[in-house]
Amino acid sequence: MVAPTQTVATVDLLRWMPLIPLLACLINVFFGARLGRKTAGGLACAAVLASFAIALYVFWLLPATGIFRDTVYTWIESGSFQVKLSFQVDALTAVMLLVVTGIGFLIHIYSLGYIGHDEGMIRFFVYLNLFIFFMLLLVMGDNLLVLFIGWEGVGLCSYLLIGFWYQDHTNTIAGNKAFIVNRIGDFGFMLGLLLLVTELGRQGVWTLDFMELQKHVNLLSPDKITLITLLLFVGATGKSAQIPLFVWLPDAMAGPTPVSALIHAATMVTAGAYMTARLHFLFVLAPGTLSLIAIVGAATAFFAATVALTQNDIKRVLAYSTVSQLGYMFIAVGIGAFSTAIFHLFTHAFFKACLFLGSGSVIHALDGEQDMRKMGGLKAYLPTTYWTYLIATLAIAGAPFTAGFFSKDSILWQAYSSPHGSTELWFVGWLTAGLTAFYMFRQLFLVFHGECRADDHVRAHIHESPAVMTLPLVVLAVGSIFAGWLGAPEYLWGSRWNQWLQPIFGGVHKAAHGSQADEINLTLLTLAIGVLGFLLAYFAYGRASKLPGRLASLAGGGPYRLLLHKYYVDELYNLLIVRPFTYCSRWLAQVFDPEVIDGLVNAVAKGARGFSLIWREIQTGNVQHYLAGFLAATLALLAYFFNQQ
Amino acid sequence: MVPLDHYLILAAVIFAIGVIGVLVRRNLIVVLMSIELMLNAVNLTFIAFSRHLGSMQGQVIVFFVMAVAAAEAVIGLAIVISVFRHRQTLDPQEMQLLKW
Repeated sequence: MVAPTQTVATVDLLRWMPLIPLLACLINVFFGARLGRKTAGGLACAAVLASFAIALYVFWLLPATGIFRDTVYTWIESGSFQVKLSFQVDALTAVMLLVVTGIGFLIHIYSLGYIGHDEGMIRFFVYLNLFIFFMLLLVMGDNLLVLFIGWEGVGLCSYLLIGFWYQDHTNTIAGNKAFIVNRIGDFGFMLGLLLLVTELGRQGVWTLDFMELQKHVNLLSPDKITLITLLLFVGATGKSAQIPLFVWLPDAMAGPTPVSALIHAATMVTAGAYMTARLHFLFVLAPGTLSLIAIVGAATAFFAATVALTQNDIKRVLAYSTVSQLGYMFIAVGIGAFSTAIFHLFTHAFFKACLFLGSGSVIHALDGEQDMRKMGGLKAYLPTTYWTYLIATLAIAGAPFTAGFFSKDSILWQAYSSPHGSTELWFVGWLTAGLTAFYMFRQLFLVFHGECRADDHVRAHIHESPAVMTLPLVVLAVGSIFAGWLGAPEYLWGSRWNQWLQPIFGGVHKAAHGSQADEINLTLLTLAIGVLGFLLAYFAYGRASKLPGRLASLAGGGPYRLLLHKYYVDELYNLLIVRPFTYCSRWLAQVFDPEVIDGLVNAVAKGARGFSLIWREIQTGNVQHYLAGFLAATLALLAYFFNQQ
Repeated sequence: MVPLDHYLILAAVIFAIGVIGVLVRRNLIVVLMSIELMLNAVNLTFIAFSRHLGSMQGQVIVFFVMAVAAAEAVIGLAIVISVFRHRQTLDPQEMQLLKW
């Protein structure tokens, strides 16, 4: 299990990767208005491009078993406990860097077109750059504290960007929801982090550094590790939108679409998966936590996919699809296949970013319309968007030789064959694959095929997006096909991916059972259910059909309503948590505070006043009275001292 | 030679008269005079002990006390005059403004 020894080298270049976006962000904060919209936007994009270039260079330099490190300064020093502001790049971080800066750059470019006419454009790019900065801190930090700063920072940016159009009250509420739900997760994360530090400290090792932690992890007792990993996983469920803290992600679609693509699909929401992979040496020692993660992941994947079947908002379908795909990643984490989880994270970033940006292009063309029932037939109007969307849809549905095909099948195969996996996990994942194909093609048909259902005056304005928007789409579509080729299964040309991450995760588990023939068979089964999903979507939505109505009224329409209302989870949380909480707060504010707290304070004041009313009588103002008191006291003292002798 | 006790008893009596005068008289000038009585009673004690012990220190202190008493009398009388100009009275019972 122990990874081969890794060589550490110091590379001062690393600090510039997060620093450049931060600088651009600050420049735009203070001088953005003076620079003008074009320059400000260009600066923001250039900053991310610079980071991407450095990331590529570092990736090219990085030896297979090497770690680059860059210590900026020692931040906290207390006895033997040291926290440094320092960055590290190993194979895992390098992958994340490329995703964050590469896809981040494409989305910056896209935003130039998407948000270019919005009056808040400069503010938007400030937030985006700040996000890139924090995300880079998150993936590059070489200790838990730097990771945690990034973790909180991306949450902040997410909040800011969801509520970007703050004049609309629902957006602000969605932002608050995201922030509050994330706080719950972060609280667990923080507890886990503190517990980890204090427990190791009790054994004499005060450190937050990943390499040190990995070295000393065996000092911890299994119970403590289970508790720590469970708490950390609570943090992951918040950030990566898993059951039970997933409710914020669908609402987060209130933000501008590039934000949905960058933060709520490709990068930030994968932070949970990244964190578990980064701390894999802890998680592998807690089999109980791992199986819980796998179950939560599988449940989330299936649950979110079923909700996605019925949604009518183009972005909401994608949001639930993201939740579902994140569930896949956690299945992989839960069975200990960390490199596979990161692989799915990597491919997912391409096709989901492409889908979101495509939907943004559609929404842009339809003047802000998001309801798929008012779309249709857009294929003719938006050819580039259509073709890229089609490719990304194929990729997420797992069509052969697309990115999703390799990563999803790899997860399913691991779920089936790994010693921690089980047939049940595989089955849920397999079923979800079918659902995925169905809801994605349903969306494709509803949006791009058939009759155009848009209003006449909207239809008159439908136009393909400008090149700044379509170009990123094309690049991402290409990625959606080829990104997966790095991690092909053994029966094709073998996985470069696992080789690359092997120094970190110590190689993939040997299959506990199942042969290569089984693997091929399982792949064929997955393909079959994917095709089934596609066919169902085609017959229901690809042509005029009464099938959707009939499906909806199945079993009295109950199941349909249940799915349409997302299992009433929001309502349930409202009833169980939000309402009692607001009720309590109101009681505290309107009853407890004025009556009890204020009452106590006033009682103390009244008591002091009453007491002084009595005692002030002895202050008569008559100097002779004072002198009499003076004399009495002197005599008393004299008497006292004479008695003493 | 007059024994020490007699001096001390006389001083105590004068001091007591002074104290009672300070506490009970209704005229500020008399109060001030009573204070002088107390001071001089103390002076008498110093002188008596000085003579009894054959030391000059007591007499030196008495000179200081007399100097301070003179200054005190000057300031005290100045205040009394100033108060009288404002209030047309010297009764300390009428001067009770300095309180809550």
